[in-house]
Amino acid sequence: MLRACLRGAKATAPKNYGRSPLNGLQHSRHYTAGETSSAAKVVAAGLLTVSSGIGGTVLYAKWNHKFRSSVEKNVPYADWLLGITLGPAPQDSSSPIKKQMELVQPPSMMEKQVKVPKAKTEKKVKDTAESPSVVPPPTAQSIEETSQEASAEAGHIISAISEVQSVPAPCDTEAAAPPVDECKECHEGKDTPVAAEVHPETKAAVAAEPLKERPVEEVAAILAQQDQEEQDILASVSTTLEDSLGSSAKATLQAIGAQEAALQAVIRHTLKLKEAMEAEVPPQEKSAQWKDLEAALADRTSAVSDASAALLKANEALDGLKSEIDKSKALKVAATRPLVLAAEENLHKMVVDLDKVVTKVQAAESEAKIVSQYSELVNEAKLQFQREVTSLTPEIQANWKGLTGKLSPDDLNALIAHAHRRIDQLNRELAEQRVREQIHIDSALEQQKLEDQKALDKAVNIAVHHIKEEARLEQERKLSELREVMEAEMRTQLRRQAAAHTDHVQDVLKVQEQELRTEADQVLSSKLLEQETLHRQLSQEQLDNFTLDMNTAYARLKGMEEAIDSHVIAEDEARKAHQLWLSVEALNYTLKTAEGDAATKPLQSSAQAVRDSCADSDFALALASALPKESLERGVYSEASLRARFNSLRSVVRRVALIDESHNSLFQYFLSYVQAALLFEEKQEVPPAQLSPEDLDPFKLLSYASYCLEHGDLELAAKLVNQLRGEARRVAEDWLTEARLTLETRQVVSLLSAYANAMGLGTTQAS
Amino acid sequence: MAEEYGRKWDRCLADTGVKTVTGLGVGFLISVLFFKKRTWPVAFSSGLGLGMGYANCQHDFRSPHLIHGRMIKDQ
Repeated sequence: MLRACLRGAKATAPKNYGRSPLNGLQHSRHYTAGETSSAAKVVAAGLLTVSSGIGGTVLYAKWNHKFRSSVEKNVPYADWLLGITLGPAPQDSSSPIKKQMELVQPPSMMEKQVKVPKAKTEKKVKDTAESPSVVPPPTAQSIEETSQEASAEAGHIISAISEVQSVPAPCDTEAAAPPVDECKECHEGKDTPVAAEVHPETKAAVAAEPLKERPVEEVAAILAQQDQEEQDILASVSTTLEDSLGSSAKATLQAIGAQEAALQAVIRHTLKLKEAMEAEVPPQEKSAQWKDLEAALADRTSAVSDASAALLKANEALDGLKSEIDKSKALKVAATRPLVLAAEENLHKMVVDLDKVVTKVQAAESEAKIVSQYSELVNEAKLQFQREVTSLTPEIQANWKGLTGKLSPDDLNALIAHAHRRIDQLNRELAEQRVREQIHIDSALEQQKLEDQKALDKAVNIAVHHIKEEARLEQERKLSELREVMEAEMRTQLRRQAAAHTDHVQDVLKVQEQELRTEADQVLSSKLLEQETLHRQLSQEQLDNFTLDMNTAYARLKGMEEAIDSHVIAEDEARKAHQLWLSVEALNYTLKTAEGDAATKPLQSSAQAVRDSCADSDFALALASALPKESLERGVYSEASLRARFNSLRSVVRRVALIDESHNSLFQYFLSYVQAALLFEEKQEVPPAQLSPEDLDPFKLLSYASYCLEHGDLELAAKLVNQLRGEARRVAEDWLTEARLTLETRQVVSLLSAYANAMGLGTTQAS
Repeated sequence: MAEEYGRKWDRCLADTGVKTVTGLGVGFLISVLFFKKRTWPVAFSSGLGLGMGYANCQHDFRSPHLIHGRMIKDQ
């Protein structure tokens, strides 16, 4: 727009300038100020507008670079001017600024993203570098692992974001790798003492791993060995148990016997003592009794001592048996258990019996004790009485029963007094005793109770112990029974499993057999197939060879036959081609010549001849039928006739040269007639290779065409005549169609003749 | 076609001449009968005739595809 204004300004400036003197003069009629001032004013205004326009353009160009570039493009010397005023156009910074801004954005973003993970990974690298130095190895290892994972992750992220970086990742791995190694070493160093223990085990385990399953013989041998050992142990244990059992049984029996004897002795003794105490027998019997008593006492003591000794022995034996039992229990051999159990039972029985007997003996002893206490009391009383009597009557002897006649009445009185006194004392004692009876009885009861309690406790303990033992034995018995039952069950199960195993093994064997059989069959069949194929191949080869020979012979025969046939055919073809050629030549001749009166000659007959002679060639047939109908029926004008006709045509065309398609008025006709009369052109002119627009003038065309016709180029003449337009064209139309027809026919004929020639050439032999 | 052109011209000229002369005649008659032997009807009608002929000729030349038929009387 500015340019337009500029131009307008520039254009109008001279106008204004041109007009302005008049205006200025007119104005100057009113204002007597000088004419020149107004003119100068106008000039100045014009210059001002121009300069302002230029300045504005420059300024705007400085501000808007696109405008500058458009100005430079369109206005010729603007670039020079703008270059002087503004400096060179900022090509590198101005125009692609926007593009650069856009481009800069994504790289900056990418860089930012890259930088962020870079910073992250750097930080991580720093951490990983710091951590091993600061933190002790085991914890550092975990940290290392986590940081390594994290840095690997970061590395992955980075590589995923941009194609640029894999630098942080190797950095990470490098930084992380040595600390990891260090940590590994440290860890290993720590673990070695721990591992030392584990090592031999593991080594052993490792060594044991390659150990395969021990062979059956070894296992059987080991088992046999084990059985043997068991048997030996069993035998030894049984013998020892039996020995100890026997010994202990003997001892126990002995002890029991001794105890019984002691018991008997004790009972006898007590009886005797009781008798001695209570019975009032004559003195001789008494002394005998006392002797018996003493004997019984001696018996008793001996029996008791014997019994205690025997008891000790029995206890020893029983202890020995117990230890044996314990030992055999410790051996933990299964077979010994029933023996052990039996031994234990026996032991228990013996212990029970022993205890019973011992209790019996103890009861008897306690009774005896009571009796002996009583007897002692009695003796004591007797002695005391004796003493009293002796104290009273010192001269009387102990054996006072024989003193009945010797005693004096004083003695007797003293004795009676003493006796009375004694009786009083005794009465008093008796009364006292009666009074204290209850207390005594109570205390005695208490004592008895205590003793009874003690005895009861003892008995209870013994009974409890016995019962416990019995229960334990019962339990053991039950256990052994259960074990037997279990063993039997297990045996049945094992038998069942063995049966199942045998079944399974049978099945597997069957399957294997099947498989092997199929495999063998397959192998067999494949081998058979191979052999068969080989045989077939060989036979096929032989057959093929024979066939090949036969085929070659046959082919040769065929070849020969074909050669002969082709020769025949070729001769036939040659003849036909000859014929065709002849007919085409005839056609050609007809085309060229025209008889005297008729301008044309119909080609029908000759065309027919051609068609007959080329009945088998489609190409020739097509061509023959391509002859235009008109030419066949009416015939074609010869070139000479066309030439003659053209001459007459020419004058007519000249006369209507000015008339175009719109068929102008009659006046136009008159004018064109005048033109034809006045215009002279060359009769014949060489037509140029290319027609220019000025050659399309009818007169020129006609001269070209006549030249062509004179030189026999009907085609070009027709082409040139085709360029006529308007009325001239309409006039020449007739001639043109005739010329076209002639050309067409001639073309077909020439094609046919060429074809015939080619056929002839192809088939003729140099014979 | 050239003959056609010549034939056209012949027809055209003949037609124009006939029309002019006819116009002349008619004009003469009209001038004698109605217009007291003035000259202008003669000129007018002869011009009329000439013009008609001219127009016909022009029309004939302009539309060359119109065929002129001739009545052939049955003999």
